[in-house]
Amino acid sequence: MQKVIQKFEIEHLQILDEKGNCDEKLKPKELTPQVIKKLYELMVLSRMFDEKMFAMQRQGRLYTFAQSKGQEAADIGSTFPLEKSDWMVPYFRNWPSYITRGYPLHMLLQYNSGDERGMRCPKDINCLPVCIPVGTQTAHAVGIAWAAKMKKEKSAVLCYLGDGATSEGIFHEAMNFAGVFKVPIVFVCENNQWAISVPRSKQTASETLAQKAIAYGINGIQVDGNDIFAMFLATRDALKNARAGKPTFIEAYTYRLTDHTTSDDAKKYRSDDELKQWQAKDPISRVRMYMEKKKLWDKDAEGKLYKKNQQLIDDAIKKLEAIPKPDPTEMFDNMYSKDIPEYEEQKSLAVQQ
Amino acid sequence: MTVMNMVQALNSALKLELQNNKRVIIMGEDVGKDGGVFRVTDNLIKEFGEDRVIDTPLAEAGIVGTAIGLSINGIKPVCEIQFDGFIYPAFDQLICHAARMRNRSRGRFTCPLVVRAPYGAGVKALEHHSESMEALYAHTPGLKVVIPSSPYDAKGLLAAAIQADDPIIFLEPKRLYRAIKEEVPDKRYTIELGKANVIQEGTDITLIAWGSMVFTAKQAIAQLAGKYSIELIDLRTLKPMDTKTILSSVEKTGRCVIVQEAPSSGGLGSEISARIMEKALLSLKAPVMRVSGFDTVVPLAKLEDHYIPTPARVIGAIEDVMGF
Repeated sequence: MQKVIQKFEIEHLQILDEKGNCDEKLKPKELTPQVIKKLYELMVLSRMFDEKMFAMQRQGRLYTFAQSKGQEAADIGSTFPLEKSDWMVPYFRNWPSYITRGYPLHMLLQYNSGDERGMRCPKDINCLPVCIPVGTQTAHAVGIAWAAKMKKEKSAVLCYLGDGATSEGIFHEAMNFAGVFKVPIVFVCENNQWAISVPRSKQTASETLAQKAIAYGINGIQVDGNDIFAMFLATRDALKNARAGKPTFIEAYTYRLTDHTTSDDAKKYRSDDELKQWQAKDPISRVRMYMEKKKLWDKDAEGKLYKKNQQLIDDAIKKLEAIPKPDPTEMFDNMYSKDIPEYEEQKSLAVQQ
Repeated sequence: MTVMNMVQALNSALKLELQNNKRVIIMGEDVGKDGGVFRVTDNLIKEFGEDRVIDTPLAEAGIVGTAIGLSINGIKPVCEIQFDGFIYPAFDQLICHAARMRNRSRGRFTCPLVVRAPYGAGVKALEHHSESMEALYAHTPGLKVVIPSSPYDAKGLLAAAIQADDPIIFLEPKRLYRAIKEEVPDKRYTIELGKANVIQEGTDITLIAWGSMVFTAKQAIAQLAGKYSIELIDLRTLKPMDTKTILSSVEKTGRCVIVQEAPSSGGLGSEISARIMEKALLSLKAPVMRVSGFDTVVPLAKLEDHYIPTPARVIGAIEDVMGF
């Protein structure tokens, strides 16, 4: 006897298309004109901040970092529905998400200027520090969510990863634990089509990344990652399910509009044509077109927003520049709960250099 | 007091810590109903339930990776890795994250977790079941490494590890799991981490060992039957190392032999030797000698006894140093 014992389908969600046309039936009720403006402001601030960081890197004021340009909707649309007590677990390209959570801009600059102190998350925000090794943070996120469940807290965890991370073993272990222990977690995989120079098609033979959720008994959905309305809706629903013990894996279908990092040159491996096609799908301009159609936005508002953001960024840079270089002994300060005996001599050597 | 072997002493420590702190959980492969393949967690699931003594999927990186998140968010996980040689998938999580989260977040987030694993050879096991890789962890900034050598020490050190605020690798000499029985207090107690134990005082030579090699060193001393006055030090904690106790002993005896089961090259014996050289050269009457496992894979049953340092090899090194 032969019979089909399992079938699956993967949904793709888009509400706002690249021309700013909105499927009003799908648009969640929380997206009032005021909230849409707020989301737009966060996206523009993130873009301007990213471009400023890039300029500062080229001037030698910051070191290597990964730009987030193009992925603002995927980040902000998913972070925005978080409650204050929820957790955000990033990979290394989530500056818009940090900004959405209220992480001080000058501390992000401080981190990228080569100062770990920038990653000391303020007390009232639950964000893990940037995670450089690919995919490893997924297990930490599951553990944090699991702890919340054990402590009977209501908080959930939002965990970011990239398309390349889905090839790492730990990603699969984390998804598996999430399914087995039914922890309150939402994975947002920002499929930006490229893991440095390796395209998505060479990363996996799966038709979608979203379907990887099926194997772990958790929900999977593909969302237009450049559509902030769709990202908001998918994450809002996923968070609700997460709190009820049903994890979700969201594939945010997006694009990296920059090089992999400031040390990379994407021209070596991808075409200008492809880049142009995706520039036309920019996550920010479609919201502006939508707002203009709805008479929520005009040139005057745009001008004011740029000025306001410029001020925020300038203030952050001023704060950055006022931070003194860390004392050499600071490298020892957070290794253990208490200095190990070896540090006494080593500290004195570090100071002498 | 109850006469216990090391497995029973560890079980007692786990039980008392689970009772004392509701945030303590045990997680690992077969730790629940099966009680662990060596029975260290035997019956704990009956008292504490499957939400606190957790049988996880068979995934070492997943166990340690999620334990990192659990510990960041206020839970105290005690992970069991079934065998020393199976820990490598979790290595990335230990080295890249458990050891660094405090530093990466400048103290906002910490990973006070314990990873327990049986280590070492001597039970005629399969490949990958006999490794002594403590130097790999001791080499990693941010981790602490603890190795008991007796039932009494095992209970007190494990309790201290569970109560500590740092990520701790707790390696249990599987050869000694059932080899030694001694009186162990029934109540809760701790043994301070980072402090060596001077098991016996002496004036001719310092013998330094840890884990199963403490047992071997004691056998060597017994066989020498009082020929030399030997000071025996059990390091108990490999990282951080109690250099002070080592140096004051060597300053007194002027001679030192270090016994480790691990491969010789790059092992902790070399580190101890270097510290003595740097700080106590003028006290030395002879070169510091190491007795080690070899720079080979631990052989299977037929040759295992040729690999593990024997009392005879320890005596050989002591005679070399004394006769220098």
